[in-house]
Amino acid sequence: MITRKWVAAGACGLLATLAVGLFPANAAAGEPVAKESPKVELVLDVSGSMRATDIDGKSRMAAAKQAFNEVLDATPDEVRLGIRTLGATYPGDDRQLGCKDTKQLYPVGKLDRTEAKTAVATLAPTGWTPIGPALLGAADDLKGGDATRRIVLITDGEDTCAPLDPCEVARDIAAQGIHLVIDTLGLVPDAKTRNQLICIAEATGGTYTSVQHTAELSGRVKQLVDRAATPVVTPVATEGAKQCAGAPQLGAGLYTDREAFGEHRWYRVDVKPGQELRASVSVAADRAVNNDYGVMLRATTVHGREIVRGSEAGDGRTDMISTGLRYPKAEADGSDKDGDAKAAVETVCLQVSNSFSAPASVKTTPGLPVELTIDVVDGPDDASDAASFGLGRGWWLIGVLVLAGLVAGVLWGWISRWRISVWRTN
Amino acid sequence: MRTVRILTAAALAAAGLLGTAGAALADTPSAGASTSASPGGKDSGPTEAGTGFRTATAIQPGRRATADASTGDYLYWVLPLDSGQRATVKATVKLPPAANRHGASAWQLDVYDGLRRRQACTYGTQQAAAAKEAASVELSCTLRTVRPGAEPWANDPLPGSYYVRLTVVGVAQEDLGLPVRAEVEASTRDTGGAFAVDGALAKPLVPGIGKTAQAGPGTPAQQAAAGEPADGWSGGRWSDRWIWTAAGGILGALAGIFGYSLTRGRGRPSGVPPRG
Repeated sequence: MITRKWVAAGACGLLATLAVGLFPANAAAGEPVAKESPKVELVLDVSGSMRATDIDGKSRMAAAKQAFNEVLDATPDEVRLGIRTLGATYPGDDRQLGCKDTKQLYPVGKLDRTEAKTAVATLAPTGWTPIGPALLGAADDLKGGDATRRIVLITDGEDTCAPLDPCEVARDIAAQGIHLVIDTLGLVPDAKTRNQLICIAEATGGTYTSVQHTAELSGRVKQLVDRAATPVVTPVATEGAKQCAGAPQLGAGLYTDREAFGEHRWYRVDVKPGQELRASVSVAADRAVNNDYGVMLRATTVHGREIVRGSEAGDGRTDMISTGLRYPKAEADGSDKDGDAKAAVETVCLQVSNSFSAPASVKTTPGLPVELTIDVVDGPDDASDAASFGLGRGWWLIGVLVLAGLVAGVLWGWISRWRISVWRTN
Repeated sequence: MRTVRILTAAALAAAGLLGTAGAALADTPSAGASTSASPGGKDSGPTEAGTGFRTATAIQPGRRATADASTGDYLYWVLPLDSGQRATVKATVKLPPAANRHGASAWQLDVYDGLRRRQACTYGTQQAAAAKEAASVELSCTLRTVRPGAEPWANDPLPGSYYVRLTVVGVAQEDLGLPVRAEVEASTRDTGGAFAVDGALAKPLVPGIGKTAQAGPGTPAQQAAAGEPADGWSGGRWSDRWIWTAAGGILGALAGIFGYSLTRGRGRPSGVPPRG
């Protein structure tokens, strides 16, 4: 059977080589077509504090405008870019009104550079800093389709609109499973702003940057927009069960889930004889967690017998902790061939558990993001010897072979001499 | 399986015997060249880094990758390593101007295999502290030799993708978000047949490779992230053990002939009357 596979693999390889050699452009061009073009929304703080002149001797607003012009020029064509402002229209003192002040300045779609630039030029520092509502608005703007989504938040002050904590807003957005990443940039930030922006970025797997110069601002935003344009595999959302029975059946692919502190999640994967199951899991720390943590991925039979496990522990600052396992299922015996092939398929239960913990002040819902990759490939060749094919290596081997050859030669010589002399005497 | 192995063995042995000298001679310099080119070659690689396993930027050994980032970012690169290779990953972080910083920082380099299992560094400065005035910090990690196969319960490094993660682990809160520049370069050394173990993976540990094979070559974007070594995956079946064993066999045979001739003496044996 394996021989057949080899022949098939060889033929495939040959075909692939031929195909690639003949139509190289085809393979390369085939990739981006399937993917929806990425969406990015830049969220700019236009609150009153943006008037402060402390970035390269210019006002924060002027720096932001200049950076936006450069970014708009450099945006890749395939990116659908939108701009949203916060605190741009209401100059008054009413907190209620000030905290609703966020609007879309330029809709997410194919970018018209001149139009976008004109829109940005009209902005003047005005009102409050409603970061939470702005993020909700931006998430809404980016809704629909399965494109990569990214929000770039540029602000110079903390949210002034409690009790809606923007950090929790961000975590809720992330928990919707729409693969939205929020990157934050703080313009000359103070400690509170910094903590808030770090928290927002952490909650969605984004990054935080502190900006002191205009060049840094435009460079970083350009980089983030380019990052959105890089194609990545979008994971499929799934929800693991409390035990193996009734757990979701997964095939090869990339999945996401959420797992609370100390929770166990189960998944099922079918493995045929002669196949190898590969699974890896990452549990991300998307909030402040205690210093020591761990993760375990365990493969068991449906009856609960453990087959193999992967585990990892760590301490200190981290974005995630991950582990993986391999389970090659042995080739079926001669007795249950063809007909029983279906029956021989084994359901492997995968259990994901984590030992993260958090200080009491940290909210525990929604759970921590889990990323699960599953691959089912052909099984490996089993090792029948420590060395490759049982071959030898080194001067000891050569010495032994030469010595054995010499002894055999001498013996053979003696024997043949003896036989000749015996023949002679007769 | 057995028959395949025997067939392969026979084919390889034949190939080895027929073309030992040629192949070996042709092989060695090229391997040597690629290894020596690794640390010396300063080809510029990608200028970006990913922010997670999924978005890791693909790099090749011997090419220097750079990335502009913010202090506190988690930077990911992914490189392919084949069996018999022992890789050293070196990273340099150029820190922001000392005047802007508020304290010392500690940086860490981690390497994960294709199953996202953390791989041990046999030596090298995996974690390094940078003093407040330091301009840059250097890290390095030398992995164990990649083996063609291992038991499922083992954590041995196997051929496939290797993820490099670079991040700051200890830093003053005020310093988070400051711009840094990171450089990463991996070099590989071939360890030869000494680590050629039996058994081999059917497919290297590259995430999504099962799906890629089903969908046909070149279709999913995942392949771009996966990456292959410059000269493809070896499959782990060839090692210099074939040459050693074949050479040993030949020398043994020669020794046998020599031993046989010893018992004959020179010319005709004494006591045998001349012919005719």
